[in-house]
Order: sequence, then structure tokens, then C-alpha cells
Amino acid sequence: MTTTVQEKTAQVYQVFIKANPEQIWDAITKPEFTERYFYGSRIETSPERRISLAPDGSRRGDDATIEFDPPRKLVHEWRSLWDPEAAPEPTSRVTWEIEPGEDGVSMLTLVHDHLEASPKTAEGVAGGWMRVLSGLKTLLETGEPL
Amino acid sequence: MEDDEDRVFKALADPTRRLLLDRLFERGGRTLGELESQLEMTRFGVMKHLRVLEQAGLVVSRKVGRTREHFLNPVPIRLIHDRWIDKYTEGRVAALADLKTELEGTA
Repeated sequence: MTTTVQEKTAQVYQVFIKANPEQIWDAITKPEFTERYFYGSRIETSPERRISLAPDGSRRGDDATIEFDPPRKLVHEWRSLWDPEAAPEPTSRVTWEIEPGEDGVSMLTLVHDHLEASPKTAEGVAGGWMRVLSGLKTLLETGEPL
Repeated sequence: MEDDEDRVFKALADPTRRLLLDRLFERGGRTLGELESQLEMTRFGVMKHLRVLEQAGLVVSRKVGRTREHFLNPVPIRLIHDRWIDKYTEGRVAALADLKTELEGTA
């Protein structure tokens, strides 16, 4: 799949998930959940840092947490450490927002911005976020990874 | 009752709306005015199509200052891919595997 011309300054993704905000928050911030839908990454998010480890233990991400407001909003910095071309680019920003809705369905919105000076990062994450969010929805709604 | 998938398929079943999605794929964050200038259509017509795309979740708009920016949200298309495409490609692989077993078994 080509994503070469995907937007360079901000990307916005949205998905409705049949789960409450607390469940979604846990799935985003706890490594035992993330490893099941986020390319096998064990991602631990604290109010200070967000650290992402590959299955082989190498660091895919090690970034500052900017806002940690469970279970509604998480903002953290982003560098694509696993990608040698994207890693040296300026730090970008990822915002997760969870809004409760009707019938136990919540809306999750992810905005990846501050990408103006980081075109390789923007290109690299474009298809990835789509897969991650689709996988997160499937995991929470069926209990099974994709 | 219309479910999420119905809305996505209906939204995609129109060439103007697919064109709008292509424009937003090339570059997100476009305003109504920018999208309108690329289509031979009235502002009202573009707004109507954008509304259908937003209801299907394929376009997400955000207010930035005094303007509203539109972004392509590819997640619903990915969900349809996971739900429909994967299923049938798997089916074909399984059918070929069955055929192989049968042919080799009777050979």
C-alpha cells in the first residue's frame, strides 16, 4: 500500500469502540494490551514517559508524556526510533481523546501533528495508525487480536 | 436500520465523494473553500457530500481558529478490509488447500 502522499502536517483518525473509556484507556497505556494490537510493542505509559519496547527488547519509542488525564486524554511526544530515516527528524506529537457515547460505545480520536518538519515520520506512521486503531477496536470488542 | 457499514458503503458509492476522499488523501486539513474550488459544484453540493462522508466516519473535521479543516479518516475502510477482504482471501486460500488435498489424495 502506498501512503507517500499522505498529509504531512497533521493526521486525524477516529474510531467508535464498544467499550467504556476506562477499558480503552487501559488498552492504550498498559503493555499487556498494546502487545496484542500494536505490532507486538509493549508500551508502558506513565504521567512522565511513554516507553515502547519491541518483542526483542529494543526501544521503538521513548518519549515524554505531555498530558496524562485518565480516562479521557493522553498527549505524548513521538519519534519513530525504529526507522533510521525518520528517527533524527524533529519530535512530533500524538493526542488520544476518548469520549463516552450512547449504548456503551465510546469515540476514540487520535491526532498526530507537529509533523511539518518530519515528512519521513508522517509517511511512516500513516498506514500504521489505521492498523493499530482497527486492531485496538477488534481486541476490545472481541477479545481477540486481529 | 442503517449500521456503520451501510453508511460507509453508501458514502463510497458516489464518484464525487470518492474524489473528495482522494483530494483529502493527497493532503489533509483542507477547508470547504479549497475542496469546492477543485470541483465543478456549488458550495452547497460539496457540503452535502462532506456531510455524508462525515456521517460515515470517513471524514473528520476540526475547527482551527475561524476555519474548519477536513481530514480523511481511513479507519472505517480498514475495518471493512478486515471484515470483508481478509475473509474472502482466506476462503480462497482454504479452497485451494482443499483442492490440493483432494487432488493429491485421489492421485
